[in-house]
Amino acid sequence: MIPAPFTYKRALSVDQALDLAAEDGDEAKFLAGGHSLLPLMKLRLAVPEVLIDIGRLGELRYVRGEDGHIAVGALTSHDELARSELLASELPLLAHAAGQVGDPQVRHRGTIGGSLVHADPAADLPAVILALDATLVARGPAGSREIGAGQFFQGLFESVLEPGELLTEIRIPRPQAAGRWSFQKFTKRAIDWAIVGVAVQDDRVALVNMGQTPLRAGPVEQALAEGAAPRDAAAHAAEGSSPPEDINADRRYREHLARVLVARALEESRSRL
Amino acid sequence: MKVTITVNGSQVAAEVADRTLLVHFLRDVANLTATNVGCDSTSCGACTVLMKGAGEAGGGKSVKSCTVLAAQADGSEVTTVEGLADGTGEMHPVQAAFHAEHGLQCGFCTPGMVMAAVSLLAENPSPTEDEVRTALEGNLCRCTGYHNIVRAVLAAAPAVSERRVG
Amino acid sequence: MSILGTRVVRTEDPRLLTVGGTYVDDLRLPELADAARVTFVRSPMAHAKITGMDTDAARQAPGVLAVLTIQDMDDLTPPPPPEPGSEVSEGAPLPIGGLWSEPLLAIDRVRYVGEPVAMVITSDSYQGEDAAELVSIDYEPLPAVIGVGGALDTPTLLFDGTDSNVPVDSGEAADDAIFQGCDAVAERTIVNQRLAPMPLEGRAAAARFADGKLTYWVSTQNAQISRFILAGALGMDPGSIRVITPDVGGGFGAKVGIDRDAILVAWAARKTGRALRWVETRSENLVGMTHGRAQEQTIKIGGTNDGRVLAYRLDVVQDTGAYPRMSGFLPFLTKLMAVGPYDIANVQTKSRVVVTNTTPISAYRGAGRPEATAAIERAMDLFAAEIGMDPAEVRRKNLIPPDKFPYSTPTGATYDTGDYVTALDKVLAASGYAGLRAEQARRREQGDVLQLGIGVASYVEITAADAAAGETARLAVHGDGTATVYTGSSAHGQGHHTAWAMLVESELGIPMANVTVIHGDTDLIPEGVGTYASRSLQLGGVAVHKAALEVKEQARRVAADMLEAAEADLELDTGRGAWQVRGDPGTGRSWADVATHAGADGLTAYVQFTGGGATFPFGTHVAVVEVDTETGKVRLIRHVTADDAGTVVNPVLAEGQRHGGIAQGVAQALLEEMLYDADGNPLTGTLADYAAITATELPSFELVNSETPTDINPLGVKGIGEAGTIGATPATQNAVIDAVSHLGIRHIDMPATPSRVWAAISDAPGGQGGSGGQGGQTKGAAR
Repeated sequence: MIPAPFTYKRALSVDQALDLAAEDGDEAKFLAGGHSLLPLMKLRLAVPEVLIDIGRLGELRYVRGEDGHIAVGALTSHDELARSELLASELPLLAHAAGQVGDPQVRHRGTIGGSLVHADPAADLPAVILALDATLVARGPAGSREIGAGQFFQGLFESVLEPGELLTEIRIPRPQAAGRWSFQKFTKRAIDWAIVGVAVQDDRVALVNMGQTPLRAGPVEQALAEGAAPRDAAAHAAEGSSPPEDINADRRYREHLARVLVARALEESRSRL
Repeated sequence: MKVTITVNGSQVAAEVADRTLLVHFLRDVANLTATNVGCDSTSCGACTVLMKGAGEAGGGKSVKSCTVLAAQADGSEVTTVEGLADGTGEMHPVQAAFHAEHGLQCGFCTPGMVMAAVSLLAENPSPTEDEVRTALEGNLCRCTGYHNIVRAVLAAAPAVSERRVG
Repeated sequence: MSILGTRVVRTEDPRLLTVGGTYVDDLRLPELADAARVTFVRSPMAHAKITGMDTDAARQAPGVLAVLTIQDMDDLTPPPPPEPGSEVSEGAPLPIGGLWSEPLLAIDRVRYVGEPVAMVITSDSYQGEDAAELVSIDYEPLPAVIGVGGALDTPTLLFDGTDSNVPVDSGEAADDAIFQGCDAVAERTIVNQRLAPMPLEGRAAAARFADGKLTYWVSTQNAQISRFILAGALGMDPGSIRVITPDVGGGFGAKVGIDRDAILVAWAARKTGRALRWVETRSENLVGMTHGRAQEQTIKIGGTNDGRVLAYRLDVVQDTGAYPRMSGFLPFLTKLMAVGPYDIANVQTKSRVVVTNTTPISAYRGAGRPEATAAIERAMDLFAAEIGMDPAEVRRKNLIPPDKFPYSTPTGATYDTGDYVTALDKVLAASGYAGLRAEQARRREQGDVLQLGIGVASYVEITAADAAAGETARLAVHGDGTATVYTGSSAHGQGHHTAWAMLVESELGIPMANVTVIHGDTDLIPEGVGTYASRSLQLGGVAVHKAALEVKEQARRVAADMLEAAEADLELDTGRGAWQVRGDPGTGRSWADVATHAGADGLTAYVQFTGGGATFPFGTHVAVVEVDTETGKVRLIRHVTADDAGTVVNPVLAEGQRHGGIAQGVAQALLEEMLYDADGNPLTGTLADYAAITATELPSFELVNSETPTDINPLGVKGIGEAGTIGATPATQNAVIDAVSHLGIRHIDMPATPSRVWAAISDAPGGQGGSGGQGGQTKGAAR
């Protein structure tokens, strides 16, 4: 119920955040909205000794149209993403998926950066940014670097970021056809994590909760490229995946859901003109 | 560390442990015990309050105060159910609607439910029944079956709109 | 025009809505100003010997005032050794004790994850969590006994000196003779799964000893029973204990009396000399508060091809968890109500109780009766499928007709009043049953992905099963004309204060606003039973009504004296709240006048009302679901009910009870289940995993009116609190199965999660292709 004791530090600029992180190395974690981290800490599944509150870094909350891409600040909340008019017209997949995360209270606090760095393969936004082929920008003691979405997620709850690196921006190329998207989140209750989820943008297909990281459904994309119809391409949805087994689903059921949901996602995305 | 939060319009300042949850700051430091703790997995919403950061517009957004550190809320304005009345002695339209529609039984989920409803109506002044149900997905009630809670929120909507305009 | 039967909003609400209730954790009394916090150290093992304990590190942690273990319990008299043949009767909701005894703190063995092993006393709860982690306990694991099958087939016994894991075994051996002569017979073993009651407020208690007296605040449904339990456990005279019930955030049967954790808080307060407060976390609650249901049922039903049921057999194995806290009481009620609302000539029942290394089982909304109804309602649908008859029609043919009441069942219950067929007809009409069947047929013909399922359930249930224990009410009218009711009932959301005030206003004409209702304080109300078993209105409310009648007669005498008239010439104008000479309003005397004239305590009545017997509410539910046959996901789109609990005193309150009951019933059918792995580790230990139902999974309910008064009490009232739950579960389960019955599916166990439904579809003869698989079990989970 209560986190183990820790020291709270507050950053008022990105530079200060990096300096504070450098002081404490891997004993420190950045705290954004806290809705991935604090629940773990309250059950004492995570026990960082230092939290660096970056929640006040207003300079990292934005959604901007730029040349060839949309730039989203890492501290933009799910609620802000869901309400963004720019995203509604240019990246409806992201707006819609952000509006499905958790519940309204969680969306008011949780941020896209926090969710991505937490790297839970069962979360919605990691698969979405895979489907959007986004580039993630991180700043660290050694400077800035850009990381492709396909390299960002390394393993279960493990992103490629080093301790002391701060995710600052997500750059999303404008899709060929903004309207060719679909997000299928299959849950037991509306508030639950996806048992399986699918994000589609153009001809990219990404899977939620079918492995230790979010996955691009390569075999599906391959089939589509070879001219397969959606249902036929979807038959490959589970190939190469390693779905977890838990109280909600065994492997066979997840594989089946992946096929059904990919088919529905492809059909829906193509039905939008 | 020292934390100062404006709660229901009054500044409350205290030296608290860094790990103090906002809900405990409200209950034990500000002595406002209406907001309850119902779970430890950010699921039940009994702890819902409105929180407005410095420079933020509007009346504050619903947050689960069990998953916010008091330190994160330092400098913010927080509204709990005790702060809903506008000082005229009359209940807020949402409170009045919960009463009229029998939207509470044991009362434990009620403060959080009311604040979630206030936030919903601020963001969506004329919700459909489906929208109300979806907006309350993060607030558990074990007593009412939600039927009258939904009726209460729908009944309160026009009065809340009027209040905002008037 | 009486206020009874009119819609009255609750007097409880303004406080709850504006400043919030005062639950145990909210108490800010001078007596608790220096209260320390209790944090329990609980077993992480399902079954183990305790081989060592080291509390040194914990004792030195910040804020720690004491660490208490079994070694410190030298101040309690151990329970007497079990006498041979002194088993508790099956029908008593009491622990079996003896060889199956449950200790307060674990002694040398733990039998469920969550069992309390030690207590840490700290200045605040944050320190308590830290210090509890530092208590080091050595466990030597023992094989975990999980599930009914596990308990029956294992050599591992939970209790030394016993020869099985079956503390209770009763009922008739199977005799298939009753099924001879049946054209059609269906048989199945089904599961009524383990649930967590999950009131939004968990368990909580505070205790303070001063001058040899214990003051004890606790979130309970029964202050007087709690006092009795404390007296026995602590070796105290009940007169030295005051139990106070503050606001209680839900109970649902799991807060009946107090349990070992709560007793330990009082003991620790005496031991340490400190006032103490304990408020459990949700994770603790999900393993530490008793669970509900957990029966495996074998049902067999037989009858004629034209729909007459001739024989029914129900064989129950009740998983009672690690300790038999309620003996065989729950399956006793299940057997009692086994035949439901049907006129079935031959009925056999049997039950066994098994212990397993899981959280103990106790009452949960319905307590044994939802299980009975779920079983017979599944049996009726299986029989209907066997003979190819519409499930509503089969029910109609077998429901007890209205001219047969009072009706004595083969299982030993006597149903007081009922009109079962009318309730069925009302609900079928309100749901548009024929239209639903037509829509279902259309979708089947077209092979729609989204199939429609219509589930019917008719039920009867027993309320105030312990009517003989009665309830108390004391009513006093004061010199200022206001009144106070002291009730033995113990509301935790039911709205008794509103309803009891209505009863006083109705009888005496004292406006509700001038009636104060008090409950839950043993100093003010030393005798009382409390609230469970849907007993309160028919016992506690009737007691209030009778007290009002007594006060009325006292007042009549006093008014006659004041007016120098004969009592027979006086009337009470309840509209004005005035005593007057009949027909002469000018002579009117207010209650204040009369009470003042009567002198101190002049108008007071105390009633101990013992009910004439249990009453039997009944009804029908129709659930309409949509099943996505590609994914197995179920959506409840309509739920239509008639729940008849006799005369309705306040429709607002009755509807609220029905709504809440329906939601919990639907939750069992579709979502909720407490799961353990094979080692006894809970798999649903937080609310992220335990799928408590939310507003998004439910529609608004459609309630039909039905009021068939009982003749057992003067108000004609039965109990409504559990009826909604009892009807909703089988209607919803039947609806899911109905949605896919055209694929050859006859049964799907609860909860009908997407995984389970899809597995049934995928394995079905007419389904999408069974690549052979498990019939509906998720990985690794035992029940």
